[in-house]
Amino acid sequence: MEEFKVPPPSKINYLNADYGLKSWLLTKDHKRIAFLYLGSISVFFLIGGIYAMLIRLELLSPHGQLLSSTTYNKVFTQHGIIMVFFFLLPSIPATLGNFLVPLMIGAKDLAFPRINLLSWYIYILGGAVTVYALLAGGVDTGWTFYVPFSTTFSNSYVVVTGLGIFIAGFSSILTGLNFIVTIHTMRAPGMTWFRLPLFIWSHYAASLIMILGTPVIAITILLVAFERLAHVGIFDPANGGDPVLFQHLFWFYSHPAVYIMVLPGMGVVSELIANFSRKNVFGYSFVAFSSLAIAVFGFLVWGHHLFVATQSVYAGMIFSFLSFAVGIPSAVKVFNWSATLYKGSISYDTPMLYGLGFIGLFTIGGMTGLFLAALAVDVHLSDTYFVIAHFHYIMVGGTLLAYLGGLHYWWPKITGRMYPEGWGRFSALVVFVGFNLTFLPQFVAGYMGMPRRYHYYPPEFQVLNVLSTAGASILGVGLIIPLIYLLWSMRYGPKAPANPWHLPGLEWRTQSPPPTENFETTPIVTWEAYEFAPIEEMEVMGRFSETKAEV
Amino acid sequence: MQSWIPFVPESASTESGNVDALYFYLSGVTVFFTLLIGFVITFFAIRYRRRTPYEIPRPIAGSHTLESLWSVIPFVIAMSFFVWGAGLYFRNSRPPENALEVYVVGKQWMWKFQHSTGQREINVLHVPIGRKVKLIMTSEDVIHDVFIPAFRIKTDVVPGRYSSQWFEATKPGEYHLFCAEYCGMNHSLMTGKVVVMEPPAFNDWLSGNANQQSPAVAGQQLFQTLGCASCHGASGEGGRGPSLIGVFNSNVQLANGQTVRADEGYIRESILNPQAKLVSGFGPIMPTFQGIVSEEQLVQLIAYVKSLSSQPSSSPTPAPRAPAK
Repeated sequence: MEEFKVPPPSKINYLNADYGLKSWLLTKDHKRIAFLYLGSISVFFLIGGIYAMLIRLELLSPHGQLLSSTTYNKVFTQHGIIMVFFFLLPSIPATLGNFLVPLMIGAKDLAFPRINLLSWYIYILGGAVTVYALLAGGVDTGWTFYVPFSTTFSNSYVVVTGLGIFIAGFSSILTGLNFIVTIHTMRAPGMTWFRLPLFIWSHYAASLIMILGTPVIAITILLVAFERLAHVGIFDPANGGDPVLFQHLFWFYSHPAVYIMVLPGMGVVSELIANFSRKNVFGYSFVAFSSLAIAVFGFLVWGHHLFVATQSVYAGMIFSFLSFAVGIPSAVKVFNWSATLYKGSISYDTPMLYGLGFIGLFTIGGMTGLFLAALAVDVHLSDTYFVIAHFHYIMVGGTLLAYLGGLHYWWPKITGRMYPEGWGRFSALVVFVGFNLTFLPQFVAGYMGMPRRYHYYPPEFQVLNVLSTAGASILGVGLIIPLIYLLWSMRYGPKAPANPWHLPGLEWRTQSPPPTENFETTPIVTWEAYEFAPIEEMEVMGRFSETKAEV
Repeated sequence: MQSWIPFVPESASTESGNVDALYFYLSGVTVFFTLLIGFVITFFAIRYRRRTPYEIPRPIAGSHTLESLWSVIPFVIAMSFFVWGAGLYFRNSRPPENALEVYVVGKQWMWKFQHSTGQREINVLHVPIGRKVKLIMTSEDVIHDVFIPAFRIKTDVVPGRYSSQWFEATKPGEYHLFCAEYCGMNHSLMTGKVVVMEPPAFNDWLSGNANQQSPAVAGQQLFQTLGCASCHGASGEGGRGPSLIGVFNSNVQLANGQTVRADEGYIRESILNPQAKLVSGFGPIMPTFQGIVSEEQLVQLIAYVKSLSSQPSSSPTPAPRAPAK
């Protein structure tokens, strides 16, 4: 196993290969670009989080004593826009994906390094335009921009915000394109499709959606802008347009976009579950193909957002059926992850706690999605807090937990430093408790009939809202702790060995942090994914102590 | 109005219990699978915890039997949700015959209701128990949504078209009515209540508010003042324009060879955009009334056309009461 040998740790890695702001701003290294993205999305996550806390504080009282209605409407709109378009969509692909796709397949970089850098600049430009819109006065249409409110009635910065999202969409398209080409053409010798880590499969599936879906939202935003500026009459009924057409176009992208957000998270969790139980993923090919099935079926279910929007009854029935069908590949994944644990060697490191938490919360998020696919029940539940709770279980309980788990898991590789394990486990627990306390009451509030986007609400919902706000405060604390200790560890954390978790994946067979070219020599892959062979183990262990001694 | 089952709102219509039953079924299955997965994960995590740092468990390839089982069983369960939910939805989408019709116009940020007997209300809707009530709804501006949690019904109110939903209340009381589609600044104040009454009390309420013109009568007056009568005939019997008697809910042969059902939406379109679906045998001579008639006047004109169907060539029902103030 010649290719297994890790070169003696060099002092030169991608972080210290070059110095100065210019070396970062003009870098073509996928790892540095991932770092740029990591910093930028963290800023947007902080902004979105502040909006979330404002929402929760305001809803402590049914009479809304902190903000005016107009401000409240802007706050929830901007919370949604920032979190969806500037945090969740790029979160895992642009940071962990960017960093790990080449490393995991044994490549030196992505296929188009310059386009990769360009995608970051486009993202920053889109973000800057949107932040300008927020500072100039904000936008109050809801993140869904429903017409004719957004085109004719809203008196806020709709077009500028839309422009920001339009621009940011191109960064998503470029990232997706880069991943697809890289995965097709740059796998190391011996890295066959079915030896790929499942992280790669899920990023491949998400990339398909990015390049196929994002142009549709771009066109839709352009139409809204034309309509608002020139009154062209595509959506405005007064000019013969159809306001419901907008909803079809919007959800044709925005439903698959949910899968852009959650598929990479599923990829992270496959890695966490397999590696921290030292087991190959149960039913590898079923998990791999379920990602592709989700990507394909995900494009056929947008109409379930329109069950009460005067869509035809028969269309509603077809979309309901397809929505149930798209749930099956997700269920298959959950069962396979659970089965992977069977007879494993399970450790309770921080990333695994996030991984296990993900399975539980994603199960609840997925099952409550079935309520919303069931037509007659959706009629009662749509546009209530039940929907809010459901998609937060998917996007926070799912994507955010996977992102945090992945960030801890690969932190030693990314920064070359270990994070404090005790704090890590503690904050994972706090996040789990805080999250559930925030969003479980919202399921109840939803079935009780509390509509979403309500600044004032009937007093009988207050108890549930107070619980929710209490949970959000705990969740907030649980998220600030990692922010602090991760930043701390970048400077003061113990130096990380090449393979701190003793794992077989390619990304662990190079030094931490990796050199600019990732591998000294092109690796030749002779093993299956998640192959924890005993001989390897000795090899890994020996290498581990050797590396540690030299650090 | 505390319900005896916690976590479920007041149940006050013939359909609300059916929706609750499916909701309980869904909740039961969800709780079962969540606990199952939670239990399995916790059990495995404890049973197979790492005991020595060097242990490497034997790999397990997977099992086609298990994969098939946990694809097929969830699919079958999901299909039971689908069939149940779609069945209820389909039944509720059929508007009942002989329902009390109430016209609803939403605007930022209020609800205007008009009963077919003429009573107008704002943000409050009085209905009797034991009668099917059909709401025929449109909006003057943005998209709104009539959501009555106690009846488990909700339908968007879309500018430029009519949507409808129906219910049959079963329990007297006052229930929330929410706008459920975000509609701007005072969205959360666009609320009202549904007052459900015993039939005698409802009849008292109706007669106490009776001195208002029914929509059909108001529509008949509009029909004259807007000049519709010059082509469609003084009583809608037709002339240069097609006859309107009996046209509502009939199939109309169009000039382009298609047929269309003359529902509220078609009549509305024919008033606002007459050339869109021209009746076979008639020329494109009717002017558009876009911007000339308001949403409420449109509703009245449609009510008049409807009344021509129920009682051809006579004055619309019910008999006109005292003219509006």
